[in-house]
Amino acid sequence: MNLQTVPAVAYLIASLCFIFGLKRLSSPRTARSGNMIAGFGMALALLGTFLLPGMGHFCPIIIAIAIGTIPGWLLAKRVKMTAMPQMVSLFNGMGGACAMFISLGEWLKASPSAAEWIKSALGVQEGPALPKLLGIILGSISFTGSLVAFGKLQGLITEKPVRWPMQKTINAVLLLAILAAACGSANPSHGLPCIIVLTILALLLGVLQVLPIGGADMPVVISVLNSCTGLAAALTGFAMRNMSMIIAGTLVGAAGSLLTVLMCKAMNRSLAKVVFGSFGLAPKGAAAAAGQGDQTMREIAASECAIMMGYARKVIIIPGYGLAVAQGQHLVHELEQMLEKRGVEVKYAIHPVAGRMPGHMNVLLAEADVPYPKLLDMEEINPEFEQADVSLIIGANDVVNPAARTDAGSPIYGMPILNADKAKNVIVIKRGRGAGFAGIENALFYQTKTRMLFGDAKKALQELITEVRGL
Amino acid sequence: MENPLLIGTLAMIYIFVLAIFTGVEVISRVPTVLHTPLMSGANAIHGIVLIGGVILLGTAEDNMVLLVLGFIAVVFGTLNVVGGFVVTDRMLEMFKAKTTDKTGQDK
Repeated sequence: MNLQTVPAVAYLIASLCFIFGLKRLSSPRTARSGNMIAGFGMALALLGTFLLPGMGHFCPIIIAIAIGTIPGWLLAKRVKMTAMPQMVSLFNGMGGACAMFISLGEWLKASPSAAEWIKSALGVQEGPALPKLLGIILGSISFTGSLVAFGKLQGLITEKPVRWPMQKTINAVLLLAILAAACGSANPSHGLPCIIVLTILALLLGVLQVLPIGGADMPVVISVLNSCTGLAAALTGFAMRNMSMIIAGTLVGAAGSLLTVLMCKAMNRSLAKVVFGSFGLAPKGAAAAAGQGDQTMREIAASECAIMMGYARKVIIIPGYGLAVAQGQHLVHELEQMLEKRGVEVKYAIHPVAGRMPGHMNVLLAEADVPYPKLLDMEEINPEFEQADVSLIIGANDVVNPAARTDAGSPIYGMPILNADKAKNVIVIKRGRGAGFAGIENALFYQTKTRMLFGDAKKALQELITEVRGL
Repeated sequence: MENPLLIGTLAMIYIFVLAIFTGVEVISRVPTVLHTPLMSGANAIHGIVLIGGVILLGTAEDNMVLLVLGFIAVVFGTLNVVGGFVVTDRMLEMFKAKTTDKTGQDK
């Protein structure tokens, strides 16, 4: 085997590692090893790349890798589990930026040296320009889009949908301008200005496209941007004729798209609606209708809650993002253990989109050592609500809103929900009287069997634990 | 079909199409519990763009523009790879303890 085939073999093994790793990532027992295998493949591909013919500049490469590794490692190690979604988004944006810079570089490569390049101001490219142009566009959108998503989830930018007049028209014009710039870049005499304009417009489009989307839809957005970066990586692979990049990028592009579809299905939102926005502009009539009849929320004291749950046979806990924000996972587990000790059967009902991403709540509860078999999916738990004495809703709102079942005018109509209202009693721990993340009133809160325990999830749980202990 | 470049391009398209099917097939039965770690893991895998950055930088020779672009690309790509894999590992670490406890009872 001569030296030139080494990278090719490394790429082949790496690609197999990615496929195998992704496969193992989709089952709980093998997931961790799957991630390791994919990581191993990545290291192998990187080492193989060093042996490619014509490679130089090893010193700057090592320095750049070191500069990227240290903050990446520290950020990833230090981030709180609740902040995971925005972290994924941030790293995704980095990948998008990487694809953008590479595609730009590949596009510029047509000329042999920078000096000559500037002198002639020509941008004649060899080979197919399409993957490079698409790589720049997708990479840029993914870069700024992910940063905006990160900012929204981190609370740096408002989570509410930001709106301005003629949004869709502006975006459409922007897209057309990008396409025009792409066509213009084929002309050697003004290739460079066109590419610069194209990049700036694509970066702008990423911002404008994500900014109007509300925080509730961020998981879908991150998933879309994730597959977008995957595709950008694949396109970069096309431009560089690198098989492992094509395979890995396409794998992620395809898997990410499927994941997006699964998520949208769980939220009963069409992808087009998420991306082109309509949430938040929901007819106010729906909210008014939900509140009709009985307008009062019935408050309850922690001591009374404790009695209700302490003497119940079966309690189903519905954790929502409010719980995660308040960092109350560990307290919930403590409460669950205390109730179990009293002979109460406790289960957790996990809505597919509880938390900020599908599966996010499972991660958070797993962190608090809640046993895995206690976490039940929506399909499994929904028939059980009828036998439950209490459903305890902690910081969740839209996922238990019965309007999704009954009110055709509601923006979340048709979304599968947890049937919390089927339990004999409903206790809601909620920070305030406001509407949920999606800005929709919840009729469940006004029902006669519902009791509200207002306050921060963590504080309310602490009170509950004290009260249950005192029973 | 004499042109090796054309054959290469066709091969890339074949691989592209097959990889789409593989990507969909491989994760089609993922339980909801694993959606977040899976997204994060996939996020780490598209960090493969790092390779492109390394090649760009490694073959930049004395072209300053390419050197700078390549350098930035490698930094960003590394962030994606390292951050992605470490975050995913941290998420999965928590599942592992649970599954070894109660493996038999899991579905």
